[in-house]
Amino acid sequence: MSDASAPVAHQHAAPTGLLRKYVFSLDHKMIGKQYYGLALVSVFLGMILSWLMRFHLVWTNAAIPGLRLLSKNGAPGGVMTPEYYLSLLTMHGTLMVFFVLTNAPFAGFGNYFLPIQIGAEDMAFPRFNMMSFWVTFVAFLVLIASFFIPDGPPISGWTAYAPLSAVGKDAGPGLAWGQNLWAISIGLFCVGQLLGSLNFIATTLDLRTKGMTLSRLPISTWAWFITSCIGLLAFAVLLPACVLLILDRVAGTSFFIPAGLVISDHLQPHSGGSPLLWQHLFWFFGHPEVYIAIVPAMGIVSHILMASMRKPLLSVKVVYGSMIAIGFLSYMVWGHHMFLSGMNPFSALVFSFPTLIITIPATIITMIWIGSIYGANLRFHTPALFSLGFVSVFVAGGVSGFFLAQPSLDIYLHGTYFVVGHFHMVMGVAAIFGILAGTYFWFPKMSGRMMNDTLGKIHFWLTFIGVYCIFMPFHFLGFAGNVRRYSTFVDDYLQPLLPLHKFISIAAFLTGAAQLIFLYNLIYSRFKGAPAPENPWEATSLEWSTTSPPPFDNFGGRHVVVKRGPNEYGVDGAHGDFIMQDSPEPEPAAGD
Amino acid sequence: MSSMALQPDRGSQSPAQTSPALSGVWVAVAAITMSFAAFTSSLIIRQASGNDWRHLALPGILYLNTVILLASSLTVETARRKGISSLASMRFWLHLTLTLGAAFLAGQAFAWHRLRTEGLYLATSPNSSFFYVLTVLHALHILGGLCAFIYVIRRTASASLWRVAAIDAAAVYWHFLAGLWVYLLLVLRTRL
Amino acid sequence: MGKLLAVVLLVIAIGSAIPILMHTWWMPEDISSHGYMIDKQMSETMAESGIAFVAAQLVLAGFVAMFGDKKNGRKATHLPGGAKAVVIAAIALVGTEVLAPLPIQVQAEQFGFYFRYAGPDGKFGPLHPDKIDEGNQNFFGLDPANDVESRDDIIAASLVIPVNKPISLMMHAKDVGHSFYVRELRIQQDFVPGLDIPMHFTATKVGKYEIVCTQLCGLGHYNMRAYLEVKSQEDFDQWLKQQSQ
Repeated sequence: MSDASAPVAHQHAAPTGLLRKYVFSLDHKMIGKQYYGLALVSVFLGMILSWLMRFHLVWTNAAIPGLRLLSKNGAPGGVMTPEYYLSLLTMHGTLMVFFVLTNAPFAGFGNYFLPIQIGAEDMAFPRFNMMSFWVTFVAFLVLIASFFIPDGPPISGWTAYAPLSAVGKDAGPGLAWGQNLWAISIGLFCVGQLLGSLNFIATTLDLRTKGMTLSRLPISTWAWFITSCIGLLAFAVLLPACVLLILDRVAGTSFFIPAGLVISDHLQPHSGGSPLLWQHLFWFFGHPEVYIAIVPAMGIVSHILMASMRKPLLSVKVVYGSMIAIGFLSYMVWGHHMFLSGMNPFSALVFSFPTLIITIPATIITMIWIGSIYGANLRFHTPALFSLGFVSVFVAGGVSGFFLAQPSLDIYLHGTYFVVGHFHMVMGVAAIFGILAGTYFWFPKMSGRMMNDTLGKIHFWLTFIGVYCIFMPFHFLGFAGNVRRYSTFVDDYLQPLLPLHKFISIAAFLTGAAQLIFLYNLIYSRFKGAPAPENPWEATSLEWSTTSPPPFDNFGGRHVVVKRGPNEYGVDGAHGDFIMQDSPEPEPAAGD
Repeated sequence: MSSMALQPDRGSQSPAQTSPALSGVWVAVAAITMSFAAFTSSLIIRQASGNDWRHLALPGILYLNTVILLASSLTVETARRKGISSLASMRFWLHLTLTLGAAFLAGQAFAWHRLRTEGLYLATSPNSSFFYVLTVLHALHILGGLCAFIYVIRRTASASLWRVAAIDAAAVYWHFLAGLWVYLLLVLRTRL
Repeated sequence: MGKLLAVVLLVIAIGSAIPILMHTWWMPEDISSHGYMIDKQMSETMAESGIAFVAAQLVLAGFVAMFGDKKNGRKATHLPGGAKAVVIAAIALVGTEVLAPLPIQVQAEQFGFYFRYAGPDGKFGPLHPDKIDEGNQNFFGLDPANDVESRDDIIAASLVIPVNKPISLMMHAKDVGHSFYVRELRIQQDFVPGLDIPMHFTATKVGKYEIVCTQLCGLGHYNMRAYLEVKSQEDFDQWLKQQSQ
């Protein structure tokens, strides 16, 4: 508010119709919940796919009841064919990376809480915001549609390397219409994310309330802001890549397909394209995408850790700086996914160096988290447990990155389960822990009801131990040279590793089943949970100074004025050891 | 689109702070720049990767189109500077910009027609592929700009503060598209 | 709750370290002349990363156990040294991490590998993709009727090489992307359609090893493999003579 006395009409009135309120809503809070809901559906779908794959890997010839209904060709008699395994693998990766790890921590929580945390009534462009979700939703439907076409989903993996992904039906099942649907879906997804990122950036820059300077932004808002800058540039490159891929597939151009390829005894009618071009474009997006998934989770976890430690981090400024450095460096490392692609060995060195450098800011953030626990008054509620679990798995996934960053070791480990273990730990599990921590932390604000803490803790212990049982052995398999993306292990040297695979599969089934506790807790608490107070965690940022759930305009017509930074914990306040950002009493001497 | 312009300046601590519409456009400019950077670096890589690159002679009409687009950049700037002081004059210049923009699109369509009569289609050669991809995508962005102008003209009927931000934003976007076109023309013309 | 978390973290750290220290699942024996360097680097990285992993989990466990909430009985304090000490330690920790042959052509295709030896004339005949005919065993698209160099070329389904002799593999893909991976050679290299990629190595131990594909190439990817047979020079010459008849 430039002038607190002048009433400002909300940019759009509170909706009355059901359709406007729950479906085509302009309210950032509803859009945030829609993104979260989409991610929730996707994560369970992706998890079921991983169950099917893990089952097939260890009981190759056993029939899976009901699978025949999903695909007649892919699973005759319920036994998965090798190509259907690859279809599921592609869909698992695509769903998890795009529709879960990008949607939930960034688009979901960001949409709901970024405007509230800066004291705004809504996003800068509510209509773009609504479009962004619905474009993403259509992208999801297009992707899922590939399950229901006769050929099934594509078999080229979530990285869709050309020319396998570019030449069409000659290259294998799912590469005709399945791959078209995939490329269209990802192209649409890019559009949705670009609209979303644009909104986040403009909102953070221009809609901050009085007194909310950039240095007073809560750390989670900083993380969403940095992520939207990364996402804006990354998705702006993936979109052209998808356009060119679609043209190669349907219009007969030769961007990615070289001359003289003979596939299924057909000489392909293409000339002169470059398969490496796809890899460059894809990984230019693909590596920043890792940080699009993990930086919001870092922000959420830092935010929650401070509220549970009852003290600020050793230095939030160093964490901001490190997150910005990660964002910047993420654009210089894409080539490390291509050490084996036949590019100049000198380029491998060029990409190896920033890849090793990028571990420095990540290490600093991790050590700040651990170091900050020293001298804390840790409260072990469920969100705190998941945040501490995040730190643990982030370390586990981070150190394996050291191996892969060195081209000479990557020569051995590239394409093995070591890589699978690495990125599942550091990107998948860590980001999921961030999402779960955020869910337990913010659910009271979003629904007005508390989640059951006992069930939450049971969920944490099963999940935390479970993910280590699943993903740590992946590294061992990698050392033994177990190649990934195989539907069955026919090679002799892989036979001794089968017992370990069986262990992983059983751990995956149990850990997956433990997620049903979470789902039950979520649904039960939504309707029957204990009513949530305004500030259940005694936290300081603005979302805790409004009602649970917040009214349509977030602060009920109140003009919030921010007086101080977001990390006033461990100080002598009027109501305990913390001071709210908009709390009117004079600033005490303590605190930073 | 309406939200872009309706947004009053609420977060400011000082009156100098930019409006969301204007920052939104700058952010969009950054994203579009990145996309076209990806397309043109692909063109460079593709040119080097195969021996099937046959440089194509650009239809002469493209240079006329360039002049039209640059002229429209001048007219929108004139409209912007008129501001709220002379509403009628601003509307005139905006209509002129709209006409020039439409003329540019017609000229581009003619250029595509010329290439097709010469037997150069999307999949004929890598150069024609890139020519169509780059020009068509640029034309789509121009179309978006024309929609923004129509919106701004409709809104000039009622004077209020937001309008200044809307026309500023539309002008920034339009100047950017003119600059982008000159860049694309150079890339397509030059044999790298 | 803090103590329990600490114990679990401890168990995880130790449980992860044991199989690595015991080499329960580890790399197979190295049979190449260059592999010992990779093995050495692997061991060093393993030591550094392993210590970092275990140390981080242990410190986390210790802090979590020590600094639980005492119901506001204690004022929150900071780590001695603060953020500066942490940043310096992080940089120090990570900073230490930062650092004629026999020609054989290999073609990868859905879903197998074929190997071509130049034969007595030492020259490879040109390839004609339009002449590829799997039914007539013309995997490479050779045209012996017109190309003199192609007439003595030898095609094999296994990669047979002499021991202790430098090998230069020229790799190309017939259709889509593949990869060439032999664990024992410590070698993995992608095939990129449209590119001829050279790869050099020397095998130092006689034996039969598996070559597998590690780049997703389609429905038969899991079953795409061939054998590497390292023979003594005499056995290799013998084999070559048999093949050219």
